[in-house]
Amino acid sequence: MALEFKNVVKRVGADIHIYPTDLTIEPGGFNILLGTTLSGKTSLIQLMAGLEHPTSGEVWFDGKDVTGVSVQKRNVSMVHQQFINYPNFSVYDNIASPLKVARMSKADIKARVGQVAELLKLTPMLDRRPLELSGGQQQRTALARALVKDSDLVLLDEPLANLDYKLREELRDELPKMFKGRGATVVYATSEPGEALLLGGHTAALHEGRVTQFGETARVYRQPQDLISAQVFSDPPINTCRVTKRDGRFHLNGTSSWPVGPAHAALSDGPFVMAIRPHQVTPAEMAPPAEAVRVEGTVLVTELSGSESVVRFNLEGDTWISQSQGIHAAPVGTRAAFHVDTSQCLYFNVEDHRIAV
Amino acid sequence: MRKLTWLAPTLYITFLLMPIYWLLNMSFKTTNEILGTFTLWPQEFTFDNYIKIFTDPTWYNGYFNSITYVLINTVISVSVALPAAYAFSRYRFLGDKHLFFWLLTNRMAPPAVFALPFFQLYSAVNLFDTPIAVALAHCLFNIPLAVWILEGFMSGVPRELDETAYVDGYSFPRFFVRVFLPTIAAGIGVAAFFCFMFSWVELLLAKTLTSVAAKPIAATMTRTASTSGYELGLLAAAGTLTIVPGAFVIYFVRNYIAKGFALGRV
Repeated sequence: MALEFKNVVKRVGADIHIYPTDLTIEPGGFNILLGTTLSGKTSLIQLMAGLEHPTSGEVWFDGKDVTGVSVQKRNVSMVHQQFINYPNFSVYDNIASPLKVARMSKADIKARVGQVAELLKLTPMLDRRPLELSGGQQQRTALARALVKDSDLVLLDEPLANLDYKLREELRDELPKMFKGRGATVVYATSEPGEALLLGGHTAALHEGRVTQFGETARVYRQPQDLISAQVFSDPPINTCRVTKRDGRFHLNGTSSWPVGPAHAALSDGPFVMAIRPHQVTPAEMAPPAEAVRVEGTVLVTELSGSESVVRFNLEGDTWISQSQGIHAAPVGTRAAFHVDTSQCLYFNVEDHRIAV
Repeated sequence: MRKLTWLAPTLYITFLLMPIYWLLNMSFKTTNEILGTFTLWPQEFTFDNYIKIFTDPTWYNGYFNSITYVLINTVISVSVALPAAYAFSRYRFLGDKHLFFWLLTNRMAPPAVFALPFFQLYSAVNLFDTPIAVALAHCLFNIPLAVWILEGFMSGVPRELDETAYVDGYSFPRFFVRVFLPTIAAGIGVAAFFCFMFSWVELLLAKTLTSVAAKPIAATMTRTASTSGYELGLLAAAGTLTIVPGAFVIYFVRNYIAKGFALGRV
């Protein structure tokens, strides 16, 4: 049951929430909408659900045009970022509500609610009201309600964002298992690149109402089509700087240079935007990667967590971030050297920021 | 110093309760005692005043009339305000903010302004001296109030709850009645209470729009002298009974009153 957006535009008043978008989501499996706040994740999800209708363009589902079909007539379920449950219903009635509306028999409802409650560890709370539960349990209730009906499309709008760290990890591990073997197409919106990588499947990178890239999650991560997609899919932010290709080498402001690899041999000489992820920039005291170039910068901030160091430094006017294992405390204000793994560098055209090929 | 901490609240409560106590005190006295001597409690304790009110139709009908139009008004106000408040809380439309504010300005005009037009209008359509006339007249200031209170409570309910219900398959009417109304039950209670209260204490319109058949208790009470001279004991008893419904209703919404005064925006 493929979900297809054909040139969909969403405009609210004078604001464009979604720019013309073509998107085909394959049936089954996990699909991730990755983008920051206001990138259009929620707008897309509402269009997918049928809660909002496109200003122009068409939405097709399972080979049928569903553009004008109301949400009640589409077989979808949805979980919001906020813990949304019916406050005056018990947990049991909350989970049972879509089935009751669909006029399923009492015995069937009981069996299915019991099964889903078991899966989500809600069995002891079935008689309680949602607001008496912890945040994690409330969100489990919302997930249970989304799971209990056999919907064709499950929309999860940052379902874990309001949970604390421990619960988030726990539920994130369980999520893909819950939807396994259901045949439903799952769309999962998140602002965390790490979450997208953990959940796998396909990812659409979103930026200011545009889908900048859609494809297999690992592929979007490793082979971004443009700089924006690379930026969306990087946390901490990806490092960028201007480089110049000349005489078979890339030059960084005349201080550092490295040989052009076979993948980029065909590029014409001239300026490019180079991007490199923070974990591929390591302090010089660590063992350098196989293909490395040494750069130097002034340390701005050093953040040490238990096992990881994040150093922000000024590299010829650009703020760069180095993320490395272990404790590497570079004093603020001093010059420090780092190794850039040149085999992992991404090169983009200066004019349109598309990947340079 | 510490031992005197009870003093301030005691004084405060004493002064607050003084008029109510005096009313109660008077209601158990004979008129002669009230006019003749100054006594802190009834010397000749009597239930005659209350018996008179419960047996004389000119008195107890006043209560019936008042309760009738107050209840009609409360029901109309809340049921008309519910959809309006939902629209203000959930939809954006041309002039919504202005309209919403304009509603409240209806409360700012003294009822006396409307007494004359209402009197003429209701007489012309043969509604004069009926409970429905007073109930409708009170809608003028109760509906805006109810809309404001309910809008506040409704805006406290996340829009995502509506979406969740639609996704679950609820139609709008079913969602509104089965999910939404129970969710804002406290708000409906508070709105109903305020409508009840303002309609119950409003005297001017109620008096202007009635003569005999639908005369409210407050109008009956303002008649201080009758053929048998001053009946202060009787009036005190009527006043005491008039406090009761308000106190009774306020009991049910006591936990939400503060939120109601803030028009649901706490």
